[in-house]
Amino acid sequence: MSEIALEVKNLNAYFNDFRAVKDINLTYYKNSVNAIIGPSGCGKSTYIRCLNRIHEEVEGASVSGEVILGGKNIYADNADPVEIRRHIGMVFQKPNPFPSMSIYDNVTIGPKLWGEKNKSKLDEIAESCLKKAALWDEVKDKLHQDGTSLSGGQQQRLCIARTLAINPPIILMDEPTSALDPIATVKIEDLMNEIKKEYTVIVVTHNMQQARRIADYTSFFVLGDLIEHGLTSDIFTNPKEKKTEDYISGNFG
Amino acid sequence: MKVIRQRKMKNFFFYFALISSSLVVILPLLLVFIFLLQKGGASLSLDFFLNNPKPVGETGGGMRHAILGSFYMVGLGSFVAVPLGLLCGIYLSEFGKGKIANSLRFTIDLLTGVPSIVVGIFSYLIFVVTMKSFSAMAGAFALSIIILPIITRTTEEILKLIPRHVKEAGLALGLPRWKVILFIVVKGSRSSLMTGIILAISRAAGETAPLLFTAFGSMYLSYSPTEPMASLPVQIYNYAISPYDDWQRQAWAGAFTLIIIVLGLNLFARFFFTRKTIYRAIKNKLFKKNEDRT
Repeated sequence: MSEIALEVKNLNAYFNDFRAVKDINLTYYKNSVNAIIGPSGCGKSTYIRCLNRIHEEVEGASVSGEVILGGKNIYADNADPVEIRRHIGMVFQKPNPFPSMSIYDNVTIGPKLWGEKNKSKLDEIAESCLKKAALWDEVKDKLHQDGTSLSGGQQQRLCIARTLAINPPIILMDEPTSALDPIATVKIEDLMNEIKKEYTVIVVTHNMQQARRIADYTSFFVLGDLIEHGLTSDIFTNPKEKKTEDYISGNFG
Repeated sequence: MKVIRQRKMKNFFFYFALISSSLVVILPLLLVFIFLLQKGGASLSLDFFLNNPKPVGETGGGMRHAILGSFYMVGLGSFVAVPLGLLCGIYLSEFGKGKIANSLRFTIDLLTGVPSIVVGIFSYLIFVVTMKSFSAMAGAFALSIIILPIITRTTEEILKLIPRHVKEAGLALGLPRWKVILFIVVKGSRSSLMTGIILAISRAAGETAPLLFTAFGSMYLSYSPTEPMASLPVQIYNYAISPYDDWQRQAWAGAFTLIIIVLGLNLFARFFFTRKTIYRAIKNKLFKKNEDRT
């Protein structure tokens, strides 16, 4: 087994009194794509949002348990969420490029606001990240146009480039293709396959076929409980739990 | 067939009603404009803009002092009210939960509803009574109270338009909250914010009541904040009720100038800032060569 990227221990997530995610224990390995599947409302999104401490941005939300990144618990009292998010990037469900900001600025804003002033360094980041996100050829002649002027699929790849620009070892993706058409979806899936050479990817998806295509490991959630976790091939061909089998064969969900 | 004809009739009727009521709305502005041009147009000349008033009896003279006075006081008032309003608006939209924020919001709403003459009286009590003199400062203060609530509320509403997931995307880049608010939320709304600011300022530029007994008015050009100062609206008022034909004509010309300034600011705000992307695209096209080189 390869190195551990992220370890989740007894994680619970709450909205006020409602327990949306229940006692999750999971380990993620470096350079793997990990899918989270499950019927809607099963806490997939809430769970993944706990992993970079974005969950607590919602009013009334709270978390208990531990998430270990590089030997340190990101929920420790002295842990700084701002610092943690530099190591765990996130791509959201809806493409959300920053408004009134050029494509170039959208990609480089992370490093820029962290204090990188060197123009040629920023140029380099913009080019390499847009290339990694397979967007460079389409935008290299219009880097100064608004990011919002791109199509939905391009915007989502722009958001991925923006996340790559801060070079986080772990990238979370919350249903990154649910707002996209099939062609754009294929592009993003290829991309995940490509970036896993350098990054660890954890992706929520409502599309089982997608999980099957892209993920090395798959976790199956129902109503905030982790039902089963394992190699994707095992989950889909030889599930241990009855619920998993029912879900992937389409009997419920 | 009959049903379809009936629907077409109804459609035509309501369409006609909508168009004609829209025209009725536009009509007053158009009439004011034509009327002012007719009455004041003749007195408009370069002299009108370049000269201060002449003593009674002498012909000629202009409103240079009042035009500059208006800009002076509106500028001074905005200098105070714009940053304050922006900060209040940012606070309300980004942190505006709980009792303090709600009472602030309520206060700001009340402030919007206070008649401008009352704002004038308030400023009179604070500045004029204590300093025992009418002053430009008092006028600017009154105008800033007019501007402040408008800017606060428009800022709040504009910033609220930025969806939560955009702010979360900023936080997810490992940026501290203040940087997300300043460099992503506020900067991303800058053209709408500018529009809001300019509309608030143009509203203040046309106010007479808050200036009547604060800046009072003057026949001389002055740049001192502690002395009475002329402003276009007050000058128009004073000239309009005067018995002299010449002054009355100048009041019309002043009114025309004022409406041009206010309309100009509005149009500037609307066209310049909403077309900003187009403007930027043109600029990029024009300077593309330079950019490639750097």
